[in-house]
Amino acid sequence: MRKSIDQINERIRDGNARVVTAEEMPKIVAELGEDGALKEVDVVTTGTFGAMCSSGAFLNFGHAEPPIRMERIWLNDVEAYGGLAAVDAYIGATQQSETRGEEYGGAHVIEDLVAGKAVSLRAISKGTDCYPRRTITTELLLEHLNQAIMCNPRNAYQRYNAAVNTTDRTLHTYMGTLLPSSGNVTFSGAGLLNPISNDPKLRLIGSGVPIFLCGAPGMVVGEGTQHSSAGGFSTLMVTGDLKQMSQDFLRAATMTGYGVTLYVGLGVPLPVIDKEVVRATAVRDEDISVDLIDYGIPSRNRPALRKVTYAELRSGSINLNGEEIRTSSLSSFRRARQVAETLKDWIKAGKMELSLPTRSIDPKRVVRPMHETVKTPRVLDIMDRNIVSIGEEEEIRTAALKLLKGETNHLPVVNSEGRLVGIVTTFDISKAVANPGKANLVRDIMKKKVITTTPDESVDVAVRKLEQHNISALPVVDGNNHVVAILTAINLGKLFGRWLK
Amino acid sequence: MKLLVNFSRGKGRKPIIAQAVRDTGVLITVERAVIDSSEGEALIDVPDDQCRLVRDKMTSLGADVRILEHGITFNESECVDCGACISICPRDVFSFDDEFRLRLAEERCILCGKCVDACPHDALTMPL
Repeated sequence: MRKSIDQINERIRDGNARVVTAEEMPKIVAELGEDGALKEVDVVTTGTFGAMCSSGAFLNFGHAEPPIRMERIWLNDVEAYGGLAAVDAYIGATQQSETRGEEYGGAHVIEDLVAGKAVSLRAISKGTDCYPRRTITTELLLEHLNQAIMCNPRNAYQRYNAAVNTTDRTLHTYMGTLLPSSGNVTFSGAGLLNPISNDPKLRLIGSGVPIFLCGAPGMVVGEGTQHSSAGGFSTLMVTGDLKQMSQDFLRAATMTGYGVTLYVGLGVPLPVIDKEVVRATAVRDEDISVDLIDYGIPSRNRPALRKVTYAELRSGSINLNGEEIRTSSLSSFRRARQVAETLKDWIKAGKMELSLPTRSIDPKRVVRPMHETVKTPRVLDIMDRNIVSIGEEEEIRTAALKLLKGETNHLPVVNSEGRLVGIVTTFDISKAVANPGKANLVRDIMKKKVITTTPDESVDVAVRKLEQHNISALPVVDGNNHVVAILTAINLGKLFGRWLK
Repeated sequence: MKLLVNFSRGKGRKPIIAQAVRDTGVLITVERAVIDSSEGEALIDVPDDQCRLVRDKMTSLGADVRILEHGITFNESECVDCGACISICPRDVFSFDDEFRLRLAEERCILCGKCVDACPHDALTMPL
């Protein structure tokens, strides 16, 4: 048996369509079987509500008198992209205020407009014969704009990897606050309610398909940026009319230490046309797994510690190496449900009809990393290979002499096997001399917790280490913890000559 | 009941908490404390019916004592029930009810402020 989209739309128009949410579907399929569910259910609604950084809106302000060709544009001190003719702008969600930093950004401008608040527009221009005006300042409400069209390049991620932090300091990431020593796990996504998780082969979701976007009827434009369906990380580009949106499903947010983002409520209604749709929409949280990623590693290729399902993540804690770790969702499951329920009400009331894609999204696409033509400097490019080190059993006086002779301020300390066990600085030695006590050997005064780098590490990462720990040198170690070089603030000076031309 | 105790060490180091325990006989739980060479702040928990006794004793020993009636301030209209605060809180103040609505057990709060930074929606603030 198959149902056509026309049959389903006819039932919607007649008010007879059976509409359920993706959360209700697994039970219905278990009770009625696939054939029974296909006969019974016409539409499955989905929903998600979470941080979707890649969002924004096109705004048209109309012409001023005398007219201006706005080149640089600020809304409440947040810069909007103005390279779009004379009186259009694109306000991106993550752009930060030039006066208020991460506490206010493009997402807040969008939310303020939707909330009916006045937003201050400021723009400058060089002035042309046809557009003589050079500056403009005005207060605008959403109703004053000709168009305000939300257009989000990357929304509705099919799933998202969970985050943990194995380092010994708190991290502030786009995955929220990650406590040290795997103190918590954060995750994002609506699991069994997620639109694409209910249509992983993208048979139903594609260009032109009607959706719920922040409380307004919207539409799928097509494949989202970074779309990678082969790995289970499909995304959608979507659009909708900002003027019809509601604060209930659109919220600006700040991830402390990271920046501004926009929480977007998005749902796609799925027509139940055949058994394959029934099977796909019967998906449960237990069936959807993601990697648990260690955000302590500052690289694109962060290691995965284990696989976790949304059922485990949503239970409140997961097990990692024998320990129970509490989980935090960053997206709201309650609001995701409200999206799916609202969409269900719309369709039951005949407010939205469904359609199949006018153009399909490639279900085999794989996202690629950036093609880089200029090598970023690595530690090995600037490190100092002339290292002076000292044994832990040596006397402090020997260390002082070595420091003088080597004209350095940092002495890596090695054990009898040549492995790094500590570091002494001129400061440590001065302290030992100023406060003579029992300390006699290097071992007694060295700092045992050494922050290190490796030859392959990017200089940017090494510099962050120097800043975070407020230190001025990093021993460079190989895989066996043997010191192969040292990186000091002085070496960083080489960058200016070689790389920053 | 929770008391916020501020003390200065300018007039010499005094074992204010210890002395208050000895003199009043009330057992005090120190929930958190930040103390450096010149000043300190401690959040202590004492039985409700003895909190005035402890406050008066500590005040007489030179500390500034404030009775905290409330935990963290929660602005429900800003909250979207994401749950970012849940795993951050050292005292399990936050949890979801059956409908994934955020619930607070305010009496457990020790005003450490960790959730203030963790909330993406500015829904949690320190009480004045």
